[in-house]
Amino acid sequence: MIHRECGVLKTTYEADMALYPLPIARWTVAAVAVLMFVVLPLSVHEYYLSIVNLVSISVVGALGLNILVGYTGQISIGHGAFMSVGAYTAANFAVRLGFPFWLSLPLGGLMAAAVGAVVGIPSLRIKGLYLAIATLAGQLIIEWTINHVTFISGGVQASIQVPRPELFGYPIATQRQMYFFLLIFVVLALVATMNLVRSRIGRAFIAIRDHDIAAEIIGVNIFRYKLLAFAISSFYAGVTGVLYTYYQGIANYEQFQIVTSIDYLAMIIIGGLGSVLGSVFGATFVTLLPIVIRYTMEASGGLLFSEAAVRNLIPNLRLILFGALIIFFLVVEPEGLNRLWRNIRNYFRLWPFAY
Amino acid sequence: MLDWQFFSLLLSNGILIGLMYSLIALGFVLVYKATDAINFAQGEFVMIAGWGVAAAMALYGAPLWLAVAAGLGGMIGFGFGLERVVLRPLIGRPIVAVIMATIGLAAVLRGLGPLLWGAETRSLSLPISDSPIVWGPLFIPPIQLLGAVVSLLFLAAFGWFFLKSRKGIAMRAVADNQQVAMAMGINVERYFALAWAMAGVVSALGGIIWGSLLGVDVHLALVGFKVFPVVILGGLDSVPGAILGGLIVGIVENVAAGYVDPWVGGGTKDFAPYLLMIIALMVRPYGIFGKATIERV
Repeated sequence: MIHRECGVLKTTYEADMALYPLPIARWTVAAVAVLMFVVLPLSVHEYYLSIVNLVSISVVGALGLNILVGYTGQISIGHGAFMSVGAYTAANFAVRLGFPFWLSLPLGGLMAAAVGAVVGIPSLRIKGLYLAIATLAGQLIIEWTINHVTFISGGVQASIQVPRPELFGYPIATQRQMYFFLLIFVVLALVATMNLVRSRIGRAFIAIRDHDIAAEIIGVNIFRYKLLAFAISSFYAGVTGVLYTYYQGIANYEQFQIVTSIDYLAMIIIGGLGSVLGSVFGATFVTLLPIVIRYTMEASGGLLFSEAAVRNLIPNLRLILFGALIIFFLVVEPEGLNRLWRNIRNYFRLWPFAY
Repeated sequence: MLDWQFFSLLLSNGILIGLMYSLIALGFVLVYKATDAINFAQGEFVMIAGWGVAAAMALYGAPLWLAVAAGLGGMIGFGFGLERVVLRPLIGRPIVAVIMATIGLAAVLRGLGPLLWGAETRSLSLPISDSPIVWGPLFIPPIQLLGAVVSLLFLAAFGWFFLKSRKGIAMRAVADNQQVAMAMGINVERYFALAWAMAGVVSALGGIIWGSLLGVDVHLALVGFKVFPVVILGGLDSVPGAILGGLIVGIVENVAAGYVDPWVGGGTKDFAPYLLMIIALMVRPYGIFGKATIERV
């Protein structure tokens, strides 16, 4: 964190556009990678690893939604539905045709991308609030379809049991194995997103976000890039849905209702719109929030309330805190946790000189 | 051969329910028309108002008139407070911020209701009879009739307010262009607060009527999901649009449910209005009476 940037002279465009321009940034990333790949899985208890796994899944979904909302400026309240499309596609392929995960997972993502692009078509004529409501309609219609078409949802309770993913004949069953499985996809998603947003496509997205009509005038094909944003974002959502399905061992539409869409919106708002690191922060924060609340209430709530009251309190408190935090971040720190992190970092960049 | 008796029953029911949707949509339109902000928590407003009134009667033993008065007063105060604390800091920020703020608000209200008044369903009984009015082939529950009448009265009142009254004209000016309105000596922030307070009143009425129809618990907020098809069909900033959209949604969902439900096993009521809405967005994105915005660089 305490590093000096003097003497860094960029003479080529490649150097200027590098993901990690400073040596210290490369070392930090390497250190984090060692921590995530070696230290954490070897030192942490299975239960805590399962929480990390949930965070990992959310990170992929939050990155996808951030591409759409944060980078392209298209509001979507249908992220949860795209996840369910991915989840059910993969589950059907895995169960009916016996596809391994490395086939069913991209298939789920692609199906979600196709559905997402279709749901994104209204974005060509409408935006802002109207688009938000159109995607909300998409969410409800997809939910209804999955629930009512037994060909997709496979009968009882609209849920399909999925076999554990296998790699070279070894099933990925324990939380520790699952951790590595998920981590690979998180890394892939992170690297893909970081590279996407600094590419030609990413610049087009940002131009559309900042002023879509001006972007059209300077030659950005709005039609193509808006649908592309929806497709890419939905691909991430679909993959998230598949990962969640494999993690749970079951595809269930109840995991992908409108509440999920709102959770993911909250992640990117709290983490920071239009920032890769912010998606990670937000996903971590929103996933951990209910767990932390449950722990604190179970540990200390008994001192003040009866046990039944605590059980009533926990879900409601979660909702209230969740909503209040969204409002708090919007009003006080619109750029989210990522901005707080940057503030801290910038403070130490100059430290001990405050000017 | 179409069964006319069945059809007219569905139709009349749809019209009455549709007018009750209009009442809730009106709260949405009021806020949008005056402040250009949108309220995704409209259903939660209705829920919390209905819940407050029901709880005032059941828990604190208040008579009906007092509970209703407290509900109206409480929602007015809530509207004012909300504008001051949450929405004023968001003026001039991108639309996603306002949408998310009201979604956050919805979560807070959903958590607050059961925390304050318990999770079980409460009944909110108005002193009117339960037995339906039979009129030819039609069965009309009095509560729905009352809801439709209240809703029409308020729609007429707000129509008059926006078109004729001084405050209403000022509010339209604020909606049209905040800076120009400010330059003409209109206190923009006061009109924002007024719009939210009026939305609070409409939600309180909606909460009382819908609450006595459905019972009061967290599920009452689902009524809010009907607001979106209604206002999209009618146009977000149009009071007559709220009526027309409400009627269309009410009729479509009732007729569709009556004829399609036996085939697909339920759920058409929630699905049909949204399908209709998607089609409407494709054909006429700004609704029947909505104002199409022209943009230039």
